Amino acid sequence: MPDDLADNIPTFDTRSKQDAEIGLSNWSALTSGPGVRTWLEAAAIVLVAVVIIGGSELLLRIFQVPQYILPTPSLIAWALVHDFRFIFPHMVVTLTELCSGFAIGASAGFLLAAVITQFPFVEKVITPYILLLVTTPMLALVPLLILRFGFGMEPRIIAVSLAVGPMVMINAATGFRRADLAKIALARSFGANTIQIFMKIRIPMAMPMIIVGLMVGSIFGLLTAVGAEMVGGAEGLGNRLAYYSSLIRMPQFFAVILILALIGISIYVLFYWIGKKWASWES
Amino acid sequence: MGSSLAMQAARQAVKLRVEDATKHYHTRTGVVHALEGVSFDVREGELVCVLGPSGCGKSTLLWAMSGLHQLTRGRILLDGEAITRPHPAIAMIFQDANLLPWRNLLRNINLPFEIKGIPPAARRDRVNALLKRVGLAGFETKYPRELSGGMQQRASIVRSLAVDPEVLLMDEPFGALDAFTRDEMNLLIQEIWMESGKTVVFITHNIAEAIFLADRIVVLSPRPGRLARIFEIDLPRPRTLELTTQPHFIETLVAIKASIDHGGARAASD
Repeated sequence: MPDDLADNIPTFDTRSKQDAEIGLSNWSALTSGPGVRTWLEAAAIVLVAVVIIGGSELLLRIFQVPQYILPTPSLIAWALVHDFRFIFPHMVVTLTELCSGFAIGASAGFLLAAVITQFPFVEKVITPYILLLVTTPMLALVPLLILRFGFGMEPRIIAVSLAVGPMVMINAATGFRRADLAKIALARSFGANTIQIFMKIRIPMAMPMIIVGLMVGSIFGLLTAVGAEMVGGAEGLGNRLAYYSSLIRMPQFFAVILILALIGISIYVLFYWIGKKWASWES
Repeated sequence: MGSSLAMQAARQAVKLRVEDATKHYHTRTGVVHALEGVSFDVREGELVCVLGPSGCGKSTLLWAMSGLHQLTRGRILLDGEAITRPHPAIAMIFQDANLLPWRNLLRNINLPFEIKGIPPAARRDRVNALLKRVGLAGFETKYPRELSGGMQQRASIVRSLAVDPEVLLMDEPFGALDAFTRDEMNLLIQEIWMESGKTVVFITHNIAEAIFLADRIVVLSPRPGRLARIFEIDLPRPRTLELTTQPHFIETLVAIKASIDHGGARAASD
């Protein structure tokens, strides 16, 4: 087992380093994020929504934009309500792919991050391949996966987990690497073993970054699931996009896009709340 | 002064022995000699301050005494037994309180119990009494960021005392606090030490703080940290803040200051 307390001169200037860290690890933009405070703010939000939706409805009608270019909001809403029972099974397929792929990819990514950050040498050897996985669009592998696994859910679940895993891994690894020497020393001084240090110090310490990784990973997973469905197979919301656009049924096409947007927003909100609960101490 | 003959006798027993403590760090730029052949004893129930400028290996010495770091040469003995890893009878208080920001105050204090597998319920009375003692009763559910620096450090003192250690090692615990809070904390430490009779090793670079707290002051010279001198401080207890303006206090301060200023030069000429 590696020594948690590297034999370094005990200095504790970790604070400035953490402050300097910005970007994905900075939760402040999320945790201080939108929150309706007064009825005035609520009214303004509703008003802007009405102006944008009503305005586009009006403009599309005035200029008589053909439906196959851009349907009006009311037509999209009608299609959403009317055809939802046809779209719903496909939504279930996409969500199933997303959830299974996410579960597999996120657990693998988390475990890999937890293990390799304990061994700096292993991390050095593995990191280029992880970067390769992060930067390669997993969609490109879908035709290959379909050749091997057929047109069912399997190739798409594999693609989703391949998209989620590296994203979770790279963020969680950043979190694990950030562990504060003084906090580990504290636990050690009370006699903590490696596993206790991991559970009580390293994981909570890395939690903000882990949640960021899960959020980014799940959004990437959604993109990959939909993309994979557009490439091959006969089910899923991606498949519906291809299907409705080939029939020029644009209201239904946009209804599917609206559903995808709502799924994406739900994912964001879910992780926003998780972050607020588990990582709000950082901001 | 409540020191009976029995206490005096108990104080003769050596609790901690530092023997030829030497530590070399191997860094990229070469070998750093942090400590060189430091030896001294800490008697049972004694409050010893280790004093020296930054970079004299004070923290290194304390980390070795806590068993967190190994020495390059020499050894640390607790009741005659060599310390090679963290010992349950030794608790450490760190710089900047070192509370876990994701835990509230009570859960921070319960951390040692969780690690040692002791149900916190068994120690609840003790923890409550300690919280009350340091003036933190009612703050149990607050998070560290909601507490002042002084309160955070009080919480970390409670965390260390809750496990009832025999030896308390304090690594510049009040370095980050303002002067007023620092005075307050030093009074608190003196009270707690007098009540509990624990053996305390207190690291500081503040001479007045060391004189105020210590039975003896171990002065280290910088780079490499060598033992420069040991001062006996025979000021009566409990010591008050007024004492720090008395002529005798000032004289001691000047003497120690002079020994540090000359100590470096002497160590270099050795």
